[in-house]
Amino acid sequence: MEQKNHYYDANDLGKFGNIADYGKELADKFFGWYGAVFAEGALTAREKSLIALAVAHAVQCPYCIDAYSSDAYEKGWSEQQLMEAVHVAGAIRGGASLVHGVQMMNKVKEIAM
Amino acid sequence: MATKSLKAQGNFLADSHHQLEIIEHGADGHFMPIPFQEKLVDIGLYPLIPTGITIFQINVGKMCNQVCNHCHVDAGPDRKEIMTRETMQQCLDVLDKNLQLRTVDLTGGAPEMNPDFRWFVEQIKLRDVHIIVRCNLTIIRANKKYYDLPQFFKLHGVEVVSSLPFYTQDRTDRQRGNGVFEDSIAALQMLNEVGYGIEGSGLIRNLVYNPAGAFLPPSQEGLERDYKVALQKDFGIHFNHLFAITNLPISRYLDYLLESGNYEKYMGKLIAAFNPTAAKGVMCRNTISIGWDGFLYDCDFNQMLDLKVNASGKHIAHFNLQELENRDIIVAQHCYGCTAGAGSSCGGQTAS
Repeated sequence: MEQKNHYYDANDLGKFGNIADYGKELADKFFGWYGAVFAEGALTAREKSLIALAVAHAVQCPYCIDAYSSDAYEKGWSEQQLMEAVHVAGAIRGGASLVHGVQMMNKVKEIAM
Repeated sequence: MATKSLKAQGNFLADSHHQLEIIEHGADGHFMPIPFQEKLVDIGLYPLIPTGITIFQINVGKMCNQVCNHCHVDAGPDRKEIMTRETMQQCLDVLDKNLQLRTVDLTGGAPEMNPDFRWFVEQIKLRDVHIIVRCNLTIIRANKKYYDLPQFFKLHGVEVVSSLPFYTQDRTDRQRGNGVFEDSIAALQMLNEVGYGIEGSGLIRNLVYNPAGAFLPPSQEGLERDYKVALQKDFGIHFNHLFAITNLPISRYLDYLLESGNYEKYMGKLIAAFNPTAAKGVMCRNTISIGWDGFLYDCDFNQMLDLKVNASGKHIAHFNLQELENRDIIVAQHCYGCTAGAGSSCGGQTAS
């Protein structure tokens, strides 16, 4: 099959299950575990969907953003709630950089006169 | 938000032939999904046949006080098609002769707007048949003459089934029109006051969820829990069960799918979610649908597509239960809406 001249294709999301073609045993384990993770538990499937959306933005996975924008909206989260979840992801990412500012300051203080 | 029906707008989708053409082949004629019949063949369910008809679903007219964006009936204030008392009497005669028809499910439009609605309910009740009324809620608040509907329903032990697309105002009003959520909540409270949805009252009030957009319903069980918590906390409202119903690509919902560019993707979702268990439990296997003019259909959706039953008696005047129980049910691509995921019927999910 021809390798297209781009890395991402929205249609590939629907082919996720095909990873089993190159390794069924591990794929089956992954999808079984994945299904169990998102099942109703101490957290509801609805709550897990919103967490997944935030994490999708943190890891910047376009497939996951596609899937969990739909899934979380379908499960009843409002536009405002979805955006607040994305801001949580952004804040953690931003904070992860900024908190290292303390490390920077420590280093500078160590070497500065 | 539309204020007129597709028919009043002169929209080409008001013609069921155009709808069927799009449902089968897409807007450009090139959409070729797997035929629904083939899916049934694969699971040994074709031709689809009844399992025993017990529900009589009667559409008493297309007149409605609302113009919802997803309405498969294309109902609205401008629709004048109304069932006559003569046709209602023919329905009653059929009930008298066929005692296995134990549930009458009244729908519309807003069934309460039919001038003979109350007479019809009283006559059905005399036959000791369970009555469901699909009440859009806002009708109770629309005019003084409807204010006593909760008492009327209670008096006749009617089960009330009402659409409330969501437990927040935003999504409800987007689908059903501005102000609908507020009026629906007020009507739900009026029904609660006479005992509907209250444990131990024996008065059943169920709610219906429809997705407000091009997506499938989530789990009915989880959604029911969320509805109960939210409606009780915010408005003190109680109800029995929530029915999660999938939107079928018919009439105004089809118009929405085409206008928003979602038609093929939505059909793809329905097809990918085909569930053989849901297919076995579709409502057309135990229901006969009667149109405002007395013609017979496999379901309310086939009624709107003008696909009359595959039997020699196609009208209530020629109702023959034995023949209908041995007919083949007419299926087409829109049927994927009832077999997707956990399945969908007028009573909600059909598979867990």
